[in-house]
Order: sequence, then structure tokens, then C-alpha cells
Amino acid sequence: MFATILFFVFSAVLVAAALGVILAKNQVHAAMLLVLCFFDSAVIWLLLDAEFLGIVLVLVYVGAVMVLFLFVVMMLDVNIEELREGLAGYWPLAAAVAGFVVFAIVNVIVGRHLGGAALRAAPALPAHYSNTRALGVALFTRYAYPTQLAAVILLVASVAAIVLTLRRRPGGKPQNVSEQVRVRAADRVRIVKMPFGRRR
Amino acid sequence: MLAIYLTIALAPLAAAIAAGLGGRAIGRVGAQSVTILAVAISFALSLYVLKRMLIDGMGPFNGTAFTWLVSDGVPMRVGFLIDRLSVLMMVVVTFVSLMVHIYTVGYMHDDPGYQRFFSYISLFTFSMLMLVMSNNFMQLFFGWEAVGVVSYLLIGFWYTRPTAIFASLKAFLVNRVGDFAFLLGIAAILRCTGSLDYANVFAGAQRIVAAHVQITPTLAWPAITFSCICLFIGAMAKSAQVPLHVWLPDSMEGPTPISALIHAATMVTAGIFMVARMSPLFELSATALSTVLVIGATTALFMGLLGVVNNDIKRVIAYSTISQLGYMTVALGASAYSAAIFHLMTHAFFKALLFLAAGSVIIAMHHEQDMRRMGGLRKYMPITYWTFLVGALALIGFPGTAGFFSKDALIDAVHGSRLPGSGYAYFCVVVGVFVTALYTFRMFFMTFHGAERMDRQTREHLHESPWVVTAPLILLAIPSALVGWFTIKPLLFGGFFAGAIQVLPAHDVLKSMGAEYRGSAAFLVQAFTAPPLWLAATGVFVAWLFFLKKPALADAAENRFRWLHRLLVDKYGFDWFYERLIVDAARRLGGGLWRFGDEGVIDGGMVNGSARVVGWFSSVMRYAQSGYLYHYAFAMILGLASLLLWLLWRT
Amino acid sequence: MISLTDVLTLSGALFAIAVAGVFLNRKNIIVMLMCIELMLLAVNFNFVAFSRFLGDINGQIFVFFILTVAAAEAAIGLAILVVLFRERRSINVEDLDSLQG
Repeated sequence: MFATILFFVFSAVLVAAALGVILAKNQVHAAMLLVLCFFDSAVIWLLLDAEFLGIVLVLVYVGAVMVLFLFVVMMLDVNIEELREGLAGYWPLAAAVAGFVVFAIVNVIVGRHLGGAALRAAPALPAHYSNTRALGVALFTRYAYPTQLAAVILLVASVAAIVLTLRRRPGGKPQNVSEQVRVRAADRVRIVKMPFGRRR
Repeated sequence: MLAIYLTIALAPLAAAIAAGLGGRAIGRVGAQSVTILAVAISFALSLYVLKRMLIDGMGPFNGTAFTWLVSDGVPMRVGFLIDRLSVLMMVVVTFVSLMVHIYTVGYMHDDPGYQRFFSYISLFTFSMLMLVMSNNFMQLFFGWEAVGVVSYLLIGFWYTRPTAIFASLKAFLVNRVGDFAFLLGIAAILRCTGSLDYANVFAGAQRIVAAHVQITPTLAWPAITFSCICLFIGAMAKSAQVPLHVWLPDSMEGPTPISALIHAATMVTAGIFMVARMSPLFELSATALSTVLVIGATTALFMGLLGVVNNDIKRVIAYSTISQLGYMTVALGASAYSAAIFHLMTHAFFKALLFLAAGSVIIAMHHEQDMRRMGGLRKYMPITYWTFLVGALALIGFPGTAGFFSKDALIDAVHGSRLPGSGYAYFCVVVGVFVTALYTFRMFFMTFHGAERMDRQTREHLHESPWVVTAPLILLAIPSALVGWFTIKPLLFGGFFAGAIQVLPAHDVLKSMGAEYRGSAAFLVQAFTAPPLWLAATGVFVAWLFFLKKPALADAAENRFRWLHRLLVDKYGFDWFYERLIVDAARRLGGGLWRFGDEGVIDGGMVNGSARVVGWFSSVMRYAQSGYLYHYAFAMILGLASLLLWLLWRT
Repeated sequence: MISLTDVLTLSGALFAIAVAGVFLNRKNIIVMLMCIELMLLAVNFNFVAFSRFLGDINGQIFVFFILTVAAAEAAIGLAILVVLFRERRSINVEDLDSLQG
């Protein structure tokens, strides 16, 4: 009962925050509202007994991805004035498309596709059920390889991000360690034999 | 013996290739020598085969040299059927070819295409020999087409002259029409008998009689009549019968030696030979025989009339050829095949003689061919004069000459025939004798007698032609005069063609003639009681009167009968009909199809049109590539939405 | 108690809002990227909901991987955005039309 009320409250907040994201005039506001969305979702997931994922959502999504967003938002020196104009004209189209998507989804939900009363209530969880444990077991046994692949994807992403944005500043003197190591004495020092004081 | 037959056929081919492709390596002398030698070898071997057949009594030869391919169970072979009929043709063809080869050395002396000419006439000899020696329809058709092609090449020999090109195309295309029907006939025969060999076809001739050809869903003709008439249409084109005769007068654009070789003695006789060879088939269809009879008679008379008003010496002889071919055709229609072949042989000699003599006159007159500018050449060119006279007498059927025997036998045979149309045919051939004499001696008197109408320059250069020109004339004059006397009995009444030509007893006019035959002398005497001889005499007299004694009479006659004169000069409107109504219409149809169909529909609509549609379509589609991210996202969402819709509506 | 349809309705609404956001924010590409994150969040909701209601842990495993990929994608997307901004000095989507046909 209590859970249901909580669920509806947080759902309302979530929808409101989402609307705020798309309608915000200031992009910093939009970013913060998105953070709120994520927090809110994490709570709802907790209500749905997916606690590990809820915490992961906060840690990874909010803690990393949204921080990244905020960095970029702050970093880019954007003309705020420009952003305020022209939202009005596109209302009908957006509303139409969104409305259609809602219609389709509701059709699925309300229709006969969802197996009826059996899904009205969530099945009971076994005693001493640990969501984290269950995830861990599955992740490291059946999905061991996909996990490794996910790691590779993240590696590739980080390398790619660096490569894309790397720029060399002019006038800098970076050190090239492999070149330094490859140097030989003959490249730096030249011994010259000079006669002893005969001629001036 | 097969080796001998192959040599006879292939020696001229080898010589043609050597002379044609030898170029500077072989030279003019080399080209003439190799071709004359090859044709002489063929002639000698043909005489040898003739001797073997006549004197040693060798039987006919029917064998295969080479199987080219087998299609659907029907083999296409190169084979030879050497019997009395083919050996006679071989001797005639090689003899006349040899005479023409020697004559060419003199006639084409100054021509830059000397070697090419020898190559062509040798090639022609090969083609004609393949035609007459063949033992199956495919080889016959090959020879048929090959002589047509070489005729095209030779008529257009002086290819820089537009009239020559026009004439060569005309000859080839008119022959094509006949060849189309010819092929249909062969196809019908193949379908009914399942074979292309003469032996099998003749043995299975009854199967053709029993069969029918479905022309339309409601109309069926007896197959024998259909195929015989189709074969005859091919012969009509090749042997210049009405209405497919229009090419032969134009073919006089070619050099005179080929007019003698091809358009007098050999190629045009291919049709006659073919019908005689197919006598077992033609005998079975009275309709076909009547058709042959009527067409031949019409040609004989009406083409002869055209020779009376023409002023080009070669064209008069050309019309004479067409007329004489009509005579041979009439004999074929009356089932007197032997008489037709006999006349073919004698005609080959005297017509070639006439052409070569005309060529001699033309050389002397510096390539002037209009008879109105000749006259009185008798004292300048005696040999030519006398040989021409022999030829002319043979043509009109002067008693004793070869032409007399063959023509009179022919007329008697037609008289004895009982087929429908034979009365008309008899009338035509008899009146034709008068007309023949008229135009022949008109030509003779205008050219060699009377006032000299040429200009001074030409007159001073008039002289007899060199020996290479006159020797063939003399050699041809001899058989023109003598061969008839000796050969009439064996050829017509002595069963010379026993195995080769078959005649049904009901149609056999020569048999009844043979019963009354008492020898050449009696035949000659008997001629004085029949109309043809007196008609010929009348013709000569009228020619003398109108064109030598009192030329004013000719002009008066022309004025009186202006309409008739105009009709004859226009050649009965055949040329106008073909050129305006058929050739022009075909050209315009082709032009229309080209502009509308090819350029409009295919190029414009399909080729360029499809490109234009693609271009238009992509110009419309490019608005979808706006470059804006949100448009692309929109498209994705739309796609997603459609997919959702479809999934929902599916269940 | 919470029923499946409630959660699905919520995630559907979230998705629709994010879609609308893509069209509305033509001037600001960063907000567009944020809307993409919202869409991914909505999808994750679906997965978690079904995983809970069908008792299958695999749904949550998939959320795990979606999170991974979403993070990677956000990083790279933002890196591209930074480079783009350096060149164009603008984050207006309507200025980014070089791909126009």
C-alpha cells in the first residue's frame, strides 16, 4: 500500500522532471532536471526490487554520465539568447508523434497481449533473496563473455573520446620517451681531436 | 571418281581464293593464269566424265563427300549426284566459263580491278558447279545463294557507279524474294518426307502428294502443289520470269563478260535446271505445271516485245535472254524437260556468243552501247560480224542451226501438250518467234549495216578486237551452228536423260513426237511446213524494211502507236510499281519505325526515359536528406511507429 | 501494489516525452542528447519491470549492458559535440546540415 503511494508520487515527479528537461529554456536547468529524473528512477527501481541496478543508476549514470554532460554544458560558451526562440512552432508535430507513440504503447498494455491477471501482482520473492547476488551469479557465469566485451566497449569509448578531442597546443614541448631512450652517444657528442697549442 | 568430282568443283574455288587474296604476290598474269588453268582443268575433267558416261556406259553416281552437321535427325551433307543431266550442265558451265575467262583477258585489260574480276568469275564457276552437282536440297540452296552473291558482286563490279550499285542491290533483293519462296518449298518437302536428299525425296514423293499444307485455319492446299509452286517462284526470280524479271535488264550494268557468263548461259539457267531436276515432283502436280506453262509463255512473248523498242545493244540481248528463258520454262510446263534442257544448252552457246560479240563491238566503239550511234560496222570488224550473224541466226531458229532444232522441238512439244493454258502458251511462243526475229535483226542491221552514225573520232579508232576476244567468239560459233544437228536425237528422243528426268506417261509429249521423228534432215525439211519458220522469215523482212531500207517507216509506226510505244518503253510499269509502291513504301516504313520506334520509344522512352525517371525520382527523394538530425530522428520514429502499428494490426 | 501495467504506462509516457523532446529542441544539441538518454531510461524501465514480474533475472542483466553502452555512447557523443563546437562555434542543430543532399 505504502509502496503503491510512493510509486505514484515518484512517477509524477519523474514525468514532471522529464517534461522539464525538454521544455527548459536553460540547458543547465535541463541537465539538473535530468539528474532528478535519474534519481527518481533509481528510487522506483528500488521499489521494484532491483536495488543493485538502482544504485548503479545513481553511481554510473548520475555520477559519471550526467557529470560529463554538465562538464560539456558548462564548457561550451553558448549564446543563451538564441536558445530561447522558436520552440513554439513545433508543438503540433511533436505532440502528434508523442501521442501516437503513447497510443501504440497503451494499445499493447491495455489489450490482450499481456497475459491477463497473472501479471497484476509481482510474484513473491524467495526468502533471503539478494538481487545483487543473483545478478552476480548470472553475470559471471552465463554472461561472462558479454561482460568482458562490455569492458572492451568501454575501453574503446574512452580511447575514442580522447582521440577525438585531442589537440596539440602550438609551442608546447612534449616529451617523447621512446625517442629519448633510443638516443645514442654518437648523436649528442662529437669528439674532436685538437692539436696542443702549436698554432694560434 | 569422287576425287574427280571434288576436283571439278573445288579447283575453281582454290583459284578464286588465290587470285582474290594473292594481290601483288600473284600479279595480274598470275591471277589470270591460275583461274584459267583451274577452269580448264574442270572443263577437261567434265568432258572426261561425259565420255565415261556416254561411251563407257558408266552409271550415275550418288555419294556423299562430307557431312556438315546433323540437326534433329536431318543430315546436311556435301554430296554429288552425277547423272546425264548434271554432266551435261557441268560441260556447258565449264566450257562457257572457260571462254569467258579467256575473253576477259582482253576485255578487262585496262581495268584496275582485273584480279578481283578473275577471282569473282572463278568463284562463280565453283558456285554454279556445286549447284548442278549437288545431291541434296541444302547444297542446291547453297549454290543458289552463292551464285546470287557472286552475281551481286559482279553486277556492282564498278562500285563507284551509282547505277551499278542500284542494279546489284536490285538483283540481289529480287532474288531474295524468290529465295524466300524457295526455302518455303524446301521446308514443305522436308516436313513431308523428312529428308533433304534427292533420292529419299523422290522415293517418298507420294507422301508429299498425300499431305496438305495449312495456309490459313480454313484453307489447305495439297503439299505437292504448294512446294512445287514455291520452288518455281525461286526459279522465277533466278531465271527472270515475269514478275520477278526486273533485275536482269539492270544487271547489264556489269561488265559484258559476266553478262555472257551469268546472265545468259549459267546462273539464269539454274532455275530451269532445278525444275528439270525436280521433274519427279512437278509431274505429280498438274496445277504447278500449268502455272509454269502460263508464266513462261507470258514472259516469252511480252519480254520479247520490250526488246523491239530498246536502243542499248546489251539490253536488247538481255530482254532476248528473258524471252528465251520463257521459252525454256514453257517447255518445262509442257513436261518436255529434255527439250528445255536442250534449248538451255544451245541457248548457252549462242547467247554467250551474242553477248561476247556485243562486248567486242562495245570495246571497238570505246564503251559506247547505244545502237543509234552505231551502224556499218561490218567492214571494220569482220570476225565479230560473222560470228554475230551465226549467233543471230541461231537465236531466230534459222534452219540447220542449233537454235532451230531446239526451238522447233520446243514449239512442237508445246503444241502437243494438253494442260490447261497450253493453247495460250502455244500462241505466245509462236508469235514470239516473229518478235524474236524482229528485234534480233533490228539489232543486227542497226549495228552492222546501214549508215555510219558514229562520230569521226570513234570511227578512226575502229578496228577488230584482239585474238583473246575473237577466239572465244569463233569457238562459241561452232557449237551454235552445229551442235543441234547431232544432239537432237539422243537428247530428246534417245533417252539420254533416262534416270534423271521422269515424265508421267499422260504428259509425255516428247514420246509422241519421238514416234514421228525421222532424223535431223527430215526434221529440217518438215520445218518448212510449219508456221515458225515463215514467221521468223517475216520478222527478218520487217526488220530489214523498217530499220535498214526505210527507217522512216519505223518512226511512222512509232507515232501511230504512241501508246503502245510508251507502254513498252516503260516496261509495262513493273519498275514503277516496284520502286514506288514497294521500295519507297518499305523505306518510308523503315524511316517511320526508326524515328518513332527506335528514337522515340526505345531511345527516348526506355533508355533515356528510365534515366530521366530515375533523375526525377532522386530529385524528389533528395528532400528527405535534409542534413538535420531531428529529421532523421523523426524518420526513425515514424518507421518505429509503422512497425508497431503493423504488429498490432497483425494479431 | 504496483502492477505491471502501471510501470509500463510510466515508461511509455517517458519514452513519448523523450521523442517529443527530440523535435522540440532544434536549437540545442545537448538537450537532444539528453532526450536520447531519457529514451534509454524508459527502455530500461521496461526491462526491469518485466524482469520483476516474470521472475527472470535476464532482464536486469540486459539493463546492465544497456547502461554500459549508453555510457559509452554518451561519452563519444559529447566528445564529437566538443570537437564540433570548436569548429562551428554553434550547437544549433539547424546549422549542422552538411549532410544535406
